Amino acid sequence: MYPDNFRYTKEHEWVRIEGDQATVGITFHAQKELGDIVYVDLPKLGTHVEQAKPIGSVESVKAVSDIFAPMSGEVVEVNGLLTDSPEKLNADPHGEAWLIKIKLSAPQETAHLLSAAEYQAYVGAE
Amino acid sequence: MLDLIGASRLEDLYAHLPENIRFNGDLNVPPGKSEYEIADYFGARGGENANGFASFLGAGVYHHYRPVLVDAVVSRGEFLTSYTPYQAEISQGTLTSIFEFQTMLCQLTGMEVANASMYDGSTAVPEAAMMAMRVTGRKRVIVARSVHPEYREVLATYTRHQNVEVVEAGFDNESGAIDLRALERIVDKNTAAVIVQSPNFFGGVEDIQPLAALAHANGALLVHAFTEAVSLGVLEPPPDADIVAGELQSFAISPSYGGPFAGVIACKEKYVRQLPGRLVGQTKDASGNRAFCLTLATREQHIRREKATSNICTNQALIALMATVFMTVYGKRGLRELAEQNLAKAHYLGGELKRRFTGPYFNEFVAQASACDTINEALLRRKIIGGLPLARFYPELDGAMLLCCTEMSRRGHMDAVAEEFGA
Repeated sequence: MYPDNFRYTKEHEWVRIEGDQATVGITFHAQKELGDIVYVDLPKLGTHVEQAKPIGSVESVKAVSDIFAPMSGEVVEVNGLLTDSPEKLNADPHGEAWLIKIKLSAPQETAHLLSAAEYQAYVGAE
Repeated sequence: MLDLIGASRLEDLYAHLPENIRFNGDLNVPPGKSEYEIADYFGARGGENANGFASFLGAGVYHHYRPVLVDAVVSRGEFLTSYTPYQAEISQGTLTSIFEFQTMLCQLTGMEVANASMYDGSTAVPEAAMMAMRVTGRKRVIVARSVHPEYREVLATYTRHQNVEVVEAGFDNESGAIDLRALERIVDKNTAAVIVQSPNFFGGVEDIQPLAALAHANGALLVHAFTEAVSLGVLEPPPDADIVAGELQSFAISPSYGGPFAGVIACKEKYVRQLPGRLVGQTKDASGNRAFCLTLATREQHIRREKATSNICTNQALIALMATVFMTVYGKRGLRELAEQNLAKAHYLGGELKRRFTGPYFNEFVAQASACDTINEALLRRKIIGGLPLARFYPELDGAMLLCCTEMSRRGHMDAVAEEFGA
């Protein structure tokens, strides 16, 4: 369920690191808890984001939740797919419905993140 | 009652408040009056109203006829006493009326979505500016000097502590329209919005298209403000505008010493997420019947207070309903005819007087006067309320008076105004 090459937060974001860049999304568990997602509010290109600070929100038919930056850096890409098709976040949260890509400013921050097994245990226990 | 809640005196209810912030002493309130005395008092105050006076005063509040159906509908208990329609299952009447309000305002403004109303035009315009800042991520707003001066004051209040730069764009001294050349020099890539009013405060009709083109070329939004909603009956809605924000007082809302009024913001659908207030939408109930509900209110304080993008967390449902009934009574052709009457009468009087500006105008215009106050005093003696001496808001327009004609203006009164102007 949760890819081994991702890192996770307790706020239910995932991050996939490739070199100095990271792709960010929300987890399968997050989308399942939210239900049908109708809107995703994402930061603008070039925004500087800081680990654990809110960067946007995701709205479902039953709730609005903040999205927190799993790591710090600058937003270099925003997934335009979600503007018109926010429901993709329910369908493929770990794949094509990624949220943003950031250029990392503090790669050592992974120390604060969970591994797939740790996250699985965390949501299993929640 | 005090016994029941365990208090011995009224003051016990305030015991938790610190002594130093509590008022000690007697309130300056006169002793009780009998019903007769109260009726007598208010009757006397009502007698001070300028009943039976003709009025040529516009400047944001207009003297229009209010169809009797308006009060008949809004005074019904179902509307008058009902609370905000959070519970769709018991609020279908209110929700339907708001949906109709939004629909008619989209038709009138040419925009794709309109909210359920705002407090008034003076708050709708700054809210539109804030909206443009959220859309563009920029903190600079350009506002035409020919936007209603009190709307600009409210804009200044809104932006004062938000680190926003508000820049004024002047008007052409000859035409009275916004000075495009001057505007070109101040619009830049940090500009979130260019706010123009049409008809502007001088009654002049602005050519929106080049203003919008200039704003868009710089990545800014064009906010089109209006104070005289009747103008929408003949003036083409601005298809180049991104946000339309205005005042609906002209639509059967009584001037009432300055309020309450109802405003509105309409915009292109792509900006709907930044639209303040709330939207009513059409949906289906569990049995598949047509139904209405609050579709979008995520920006409201009661849902996510700390994330609210606007202080507006309600709407002017009852007052907006007056506008809804008005629009329904007049209909498409009626509103057009009403606007044409306004236009014709203003142009009759405008033709009699020496106009200060050369640009096209709707139902208001600026006249050159020798002494505004003397003219207004003479008119009052003839039971006519004159225009607004513009020097109060525009020192550079000393000796100029803003006059308004509506369907209520009679030939005899207009001729009397021309006479006092010495025309």
